[in-house]
Amino acid sequence: MEYLMCIYTDPEADPQKGSPEHEELMSEYFAFTNEVIEAGVMRGGNELHPASAGSTVAVRGGKVEFVDGPFADTKEQLGGYYLLDCADLDEALKWAAKIPSARHGRIEVRPVVVME
Amino acid sequence: MNSNATTHAAVERVVRQEWGRVLAALLHRVGQFELAEDALQDAFVAALSRWPQQGVPANPGGWLLRTAERKAIDIMRRSRVFQSRQQQLTILAELDSIADPYDSAETPEIPDERLKLIFTCCHPALTEEVSVALTLKSVCGLNTLQIAKAFLVPQATMAQRIVRAKRKISLSGIPYRIPPAKDWPERMNAVLAVVYLIFNEGYSAYDGTTHSRADLCEEAIRLGRLLVELAPTEAEASGLTALMLLHHSRRKSRSGPIGEIVPLDAQDRLQWDQECIFEGLAWLEHSFQQSSSPGYYTLQARLSAIHATTTSFSATDWPAMLAVYDQMLASSSNPVVQLNRAVAISYACGPQEGLQALEELAVAPRIASYQPYHAAHADMLARLGDRQAADQAYARAIELSHNQAEQAFLRKKQADLQPGPDTNGAGACRDRG
Repeated sequence: MEYLMCIYTDPEADPQKGSPEHEELMSEYFAFTNEVIEAGVMRGGNELHPASAGSTVAVRGGKVEFVDGPFADTKEQLGGYYLLDCADLDEALKWAAKIPSARHGRIEVRPVVVME
Repeated sequence: MNSNATTHAAVERVVRQEWGRVLAALLHRVGQFELAEDALQDAFVAALSRWPQQGVPANPGGWLLRTAERKAIDIMRRSRVFQSRQQQLTILAELDSIADPYDSAETPEIPDERLKLIFTCCHPALTEEVSVALTLKSVCGLNTLQIAKAFLVPQATMAQRIVRAKRKISLSGIPYRIPPAKDWPERMNAVLAVVYLIFNEGYSAYDGTTHSRADLCEEAIRLGRLLVELAPTEAEASGLTALMLLHHSRRKSRSGPIGEIVPLDAQDRLQWDQECIFEGLAWLEHSFQQSSSPGYYTLQARLSAIHATTTSFSATDWPAMLAVYDQMLASSSNPVVQLNRAVAISYACGPQEGLQALEELAVAPRIASYQPYHAAHADMLARLGDRQAADQAYARAIELSHNQAEQAFLRKKQADLQPGPDTNGAGACRDRG
């Protein structure tokens, strides 16, 4: 089963690029990424641009509607994701808890719909 | 009409008894939570129409399992959405070999898979509120209406909560299995927390006069016994079962005729249910045999057992109580336990010493807004004869209480400080009736 791990953090509270804290976080992410690749569960993953650069599209009554920027009014934003192939939710949750940002942000774990 | 209703109730009773075991076995075969629940529900409907005419089968569980398996096939054939076509075919092939229960006298032995079912219902990815509802539905076999009534929510709300939970289990891939050893303690704690939540919901709802809500205490105790049966070496499962039974033994004496609180020191101990106490003590003993380092529930049960085996409040072995509190605090600090320890000190050594212990606690965060802290403080001050300070502490406790019976109880204690015909406390106390 594939699970999408959505990494939510508060950009204001994230370590600034170039700071030692940011470097430390990046090396932790590097290690985590290697770990999921070695475990054979890695299906994909990327860091995302800020939510302000994103758009939300909705179609209501046949009309396409665009919402600019973050959809939900919260401080935390989707900052990246991993797509991991796990045996079950227990395994997925274990990996989610190991994502470095889980400590200061939140990881949303979403099962991926299987198309047949 | 009347006899039909009786039959209906009789079928319901039998089905309820078998529900958890049959569902667990069915789930083991079909692997899909929603499918298993729906199929068993269909089998139940079949039982309602068959059993009144043909009689309850000799092995009602076996009948239900077989019928539910047939129903699962029907549901799968009707359903186009299924996780994997291959998986569906495998299950169908296996189920198709099963004899029609209506034609067959064969009664299968039902393997006991209930522990898996309990762990699934109490999976940490579900909120506790959802786990409580799902456990009562799937393991205890209560219907949605009964659960909705017990938790005072509309039936539609409860139905939606349960449907969402079942769907989440299927879609998110919550595994149907006994957790591996390294996860066991954490997962077992989650299960015990859900069972204790069910018990406490029933315990706080009971006002001594009405039984309008399904007896959640009895359900929780039944779950506790089941856990001990399925995991006999799990000390805390025995400890929790003991704790619930020992609390439950006081149900007749802990509230008065109009639902008012009767504290432990004023309870008629002759009304305590000796059968409950006897069983509780046995499980407590069992728990101590399983582990030399008793956990939280076991130690709570030990405290309850000291009261249960003492003939009057004044004869309470307070040093023994203190020793248990110290044991609880040795592993982790807990302001609520510290508060109870301070109360024990006030009886073991005197109110002055109790107050000192309370003072040490006063630095704990949020304790200033914890009602029992102020009630205990007031009680110790009163026993020292400091009426004015006690009055203030009672006032603070009343302010913090959200429970009518509790407020009435505290007002009475406050009024008793200054006996007189026109005190506010006495008036408010009458309002409760």
